[in-house]
Amino acid sequence: MKKNQSNKWLAAMKIFTFFWMIFVIIGSLYLTPEAAGFKSTSRVIFYHVPMSWVASLAFLLAAISGILYLRTKKLVYDIWAISSVEIGFLFSILATITGSLWAKVEWGAFWNWDPRETSIVVLLMIYAAYFALRSALESREQKAQISAVYSILAFITVPFLIFVVPRILFTLHPQNPVFTTQTGSIMSPKIKLIFFSSIFGFTLFYYWLLRLRVDLEKIKNNLLAKKRQDNF
Amino acid sequence: MWKIIGTGITQAFNQRTIFRKLSFEIKSGESLVLVGPNGSGKTTLIRIVCNLLHPIEGKVEFYYGNETKMAGQLYSSIGMVGPYLQLYNNLTAFENYAFFRKIRGLNVDHGHFKILMKKFGLAGREFDELRTYSSGMLQRMKYVCALLHSPPILILDEPVSNLDESGERIIYDVMEEQKRSNILIFATNNPEEIKFGDKKIRLAV
Amino acid sequence: MIRKSGLLYKSFYILQKDLHQEFRTRYAINAIFLFAITTLVVVSFSIGAAELSQNILSSLLWIIIFFSAMTGLSHVFVREEEQQTADTLKLVAPPVAIYLGKLLFNILLLLGLELILIPLYVVFMDMSVGNLPVFILMIVLGSTGVSAVATIMAAIISRTSAKGALFAVLSFPVMLPVLILSIQGTALAIQGSSISAGMDEIQMLLLFIIVIVTASILLFEFVWIL
Repeated sequence: MKKNQSNKWLAAMKIFTFFWMIFVIIGSLYLTPEAAGFKSTSRVIFYHVPMSWVASLAFLLAAISGILYLRTKKLVYDIWAISSVEIGFLFSILATITGSLWAKVEWGAFWNWDPRETSIVVLLMIYAAYFALRSALESREQKAQISAVYSILAFITVPFLIFVVPRILFTLHPQNPVFTTQTGSIMSPKIKLIFFSSIFGFTLFYYWLLRLRVDLEKIKNNLLAKKRQDNF
Repeated sequence: MWKIIGTGITQAFNQRTIFRKLSFEIKSGESLVLVGPNGSGKTTLIRIVCNLLHPIEGKVEFYYGNETKMAGQLYSSIGMVGPYLQLYNNLTAFENYAFFRKIRGLNVDHGHFKILMKKFGLAGREFDELRTYSSGMLQRMKYVCALLHSPPILILDEPVSNLDESGERIIYDVMEEQKRSNILIFATNNPEEIKFGDKKIRLAV
Repeated sequence: MIRKSGLLYKSFYILQKDLHQEFRTRYAINAIFLFAITTLVVVSFSIGAAELSQNILSSLLWIIIFFSAMTGLSHVFVREEEQQTADTLKLVAPPVAIYLGKLLFNILLLLGLELILIPLYVVFMDMSVGNLPVFILMIVLGSTGVSAVATIMAAIISRTSAKGALFAVLSFPVMLPVLILSIQGTALAIQGSSISAGMDEIQMLLLFIIVIVTASILLFEFVWIL
């Protein structure tokens, strides 16, 4: 009964997200002016920034699920963690691609090692390490427990990176255009509206994907359990 | 007087349930034997009893008198021998003994160590590295380290593996001695050893 | 009467045991020293007589230290797992003591390596250190940070089936703040800056070490007992 309700709610959310994203896409292409001092390419921020946001959010959720798993030993939290990591990995790749395409147009090179680019590379490395670690662990319980520990350890280094990385790289790249596009002065109210709508839309999109992935994993687990039972 | 109570122990490996809702109770002067075919989870249960593994459900509690003892307070009370518990191969017998004595915070002197070495037929090999020992001698050495402190709780997994006849006899004496006033828990399928168990847990696949 | 069975004593006994084992087999020592020296020779040889800035000198030094750490520092836990002594150890000592003992061992191993490596580096790379006390401080703090991350990662990889390959992959992202801070701090010291110029780095390094060691103490049990 409860399951049914949550499914209905999820279905409603899916339709809502669909129309919301249509609004964001139209808004980003037709309703907003170009950001001051930039060409039309600046519209990438309506996609690129929300993608990076989701990539970080997904990792936060994985670390929180990790803590919950260690406290309760309930496998469902591990399912949340791995699902979130998989989706987060996808979004961080998308964020990296959109970012570097834009960098090629605006800065003249696909890659410049500016602080944000460095952060996303570190995030990608953490995600990749997380997958590698899981595949090298044997039992389901080990995968859950040890990868939870790793995600927590990786997560607590993030504040240090935020502080440390811009410091060393600032000396190499004195002018950092990413920051200036995000200051209020360049963003008109209309841009702001679409920008935050997009962040909201992407977050919903992420949540919907996450729920799908979690349900899929649960079904897989139930089938496995059932198969084992039938054997005996 | 020691007492160990296990309640509702359930364990799974790769989500496959190994055993469900096992309970037992054992106190000083008793022995408990775990029997069951290969793969039935004897070793898993042994590991849960001595805190090497946390079960997914249930718990094992230790009491000394009426006092609960936490896992962290048992290092000097449990002695254990099992095929997956190896000693340090590149240290000598004496160095192994010295390390275990210190790390467990035991009050035993070298004399006691010598007596044990003699009892298990290893006298004269104290200063040889363990990698020069045969597998039977290693098994004997494991007993020396496990019995250093005359533990109130002795846990054995396959007590006589790798041992010759004289070794078996020594171990049977040890087991007989242990269950007289202390706790003995062991896992085996050997009929000759099963008779040492007052209580029995039969595990099925 | 104070019994010599407190937590710190126990970690000290673990350290003693590991040193004992290490000096008998010299497995980790050989691996880490030979690797460091080889890399140093390769670096020095390929640089030739080129004039290097402080930043590059410091970066190269820390790259050598990082990769050397990745060859040797996993051994403390991998050895216990491979010789099947891990379970024995779990039965006789509290996890925190084991973690601290292994951490101390790794710190000592890395500092011991640097005692040889850095003089050689100075000679081979023709480097002159401007402010020696600050330089030493940066090396010691940085190495402690590297060891702290490496020790908990070593515990993690010792439970996996791909022990060697994963170590650097897992460690690098978490270790990155330490490496960046150490590279910066060491460059300042080579330049001859005073300690106040490197205060930021020193504070951040200390903070990082405290955070990682605390987290490791809390999380180690979950890696160790399963």
